[in-house]
Amino acid sequence: MDNLTMTTPERTVMEDVDQPAEPPPADESAPACTFRVKNLSIWYGEKRAIDNVTLDIVSNAVSAIIGPSGCGKSTFIRALNRMHELVPKTRVEGTVLLHGEDLYSNDVDPAIVRRRVGMVFQKSNPFPTMSIGENVIVGLRLNGVRDRKFLNERLEKSLRMAALWDEVKDDLHKPGTSLSGGQQQRLCIARALAVEPEVLLMDEPCSALDPIATAKIEELIYELKAKYTIVTVTHNMQQAGRISDYTAFFYLGRLIEFGPTTKIFTNPSERQTEDYITGRFG
Amino acid sequence: MRFERAHHHTWRKIKSGLVSTIAFVSALLVIAPLGLVFFHLLVNGAGSVNWDFFTKLPAPVGAAGGGMVNAIVGTLELLALAGAIGIPVGVLGGIYLAEYGSARINSILRFLADVLNGIPSITWGVVVYGLVVLRFKGFSAYAGGLALSLIMIPLILRTTEEVVLLVPNGYREAALALGVSRWKTIVHIVMKTASKGIITGILLALARVGGETAPLLFTAFGNRFWNHSLSQPIAALPLQIFTYAISPYDDWHRQAWAGALVLVTGVFCVNVIVRVLTRGRAASVV
Repeated sequence: MDNLTMTTPERTVMEDVDQPAEPPPADESAPACTFRVKNLSIWYGEKRAIDNVTLDIVSNAVSAIIGPSGCGKSTFIRALNRMHELVPKTRVEGTVLLHGEDLYSNDVDPAIVRRRVGMVFQKSNPFPTMSIGENVIVGLRLNGVRDRKFLNERLEKSLRMAALWDEVKDDLHKPGTSLSGGQQQRLCIARALAVEPEVLLMDEPCSALDPIATAKIEELIYELKAKYTIVTVTHNMQQAGRISDYTAFFYLGRLIEFGPTTKIFTNPSERQTEDYITGRFG
Repeated sequence: MRFERAHHHTWRKIKSGLVSTIAFVSALLVIAPLGLVFFHLLVNGAGSVNWDFFTKLPAPVGAAGGGMVNAIVGTLELLALAGAIGIPVGVLGGIYLAEYGSARINSILRFLADVLNGIPSITWGVVVYGLVVLRFKGFSAYAGGLALSLIMIPLILRTTEEVVLLVPNGYREAALALGVSRWKTIVHIVMKTASKGIITGILLALARVGGETAPLLFTAFGNRFWNHSLSQPIAALPLQIFTYAISPYDDWHRQAWAGALVLVTGVFCVNVIVRVLTRGRAASVV
């Protein structure tokens, strides 16, 4: 680096600009963080949906966001891949760092953010005009990947990761909407995994599913965290307890409490958290 | 008391029967013209619809036989020209209304499109006459196609907008969340999902303008012979029917009936195709 500075100073300046900011040196004992959210506030028009939230999302772990309806859970999770911007008149303050890079800096294309931070929605939404196979690789195809062999490999890999391969391998040409609700949701997970994101956001992925399908998705989430950082919104307290390593409790747009799930559920420091978890409100 | 109740009951039955009878008769009155039109066309025109009709040029006055092949081909050419302008503008405009733009501007555009839909078709003929025919000093296929396309645009625009709005938002979100750009999402996901509805709108608009006479009177003008250049006047089935129907010759009257039968059958076929296309509508999304 020093050598370069001596010989070609202009070039180094350029490189400095292009390089993402170095993440702050990690404390040896602290776990690595995928997201660092700092003083994040989000407005929809005049209404403030998220109020000054600061929290770190730990890598290769499951973080659950809980809280009563309208507390900003969905807005928060959508702010992690800029999906909330689809609502007109949104405004963001504060920073969201993904591995040290600010998602909201002016030169960042939201499409690139979403390629790195995938999302699964409450209602499974396989594309009705496409077969099971096409649904899985559509993200790659529309992002310009043409190589048939590569697409086929990725198709199988993604479906295997989503624990769906054995159920659909002989029916890849059938419409994606011909599957059952739980299978459709796993198809959507496979679709999100196919573009190889670093993070998987899940917005109440099981709320429309029966208990058996829910159990399968929960098992899948547990397996996926080895490779991915997962952030999930859930209305179901037991589910948050079962699947998550960290839990954040939101209320009226504020982060009330955030910590290891075992602590939040057994020994919360805030009265509101305890009241919510024990079902006294919400 | 009991008697009175029974009385009320009968009176209610009579009223109900009366109203449903009126409704039934009204329904018959709605369908009757269609039946009458088909019946008349068949009686008067079927005899003259033969191989010559589809393969020969019009015969000179007094000479028997002849056909309308130039008018049939002319109508197809005019529809192609109208479609070349009207389909892209209408579809893209509909997509703009459904996917982009602010709510206020869109409601103004929507209102204007509805106003355009209500404008009498002869007005378009006059407008194109003033804008194109006078300027280029001549009637032409281009002018006719343009007049028809102006009628098509608001029709296609509104149907496209409506079917695109029917595509659930979840599909847009799913595609955007995969890092797909906005326009690719619209083309490959939204338009693909709504394609049946969009095609239906296009076909209905083509069927509608295919039978238009008034906008062609001062634009395409009509032609007794083959059209050799799109910048020359061109024959069209409705125009030919009009010319023949107001002529004093029996031969021509018969030809006009035959032409009308062919035209109505064509429009009817397009409608049947639309029905077939939209049959699975409840099952698929749009």
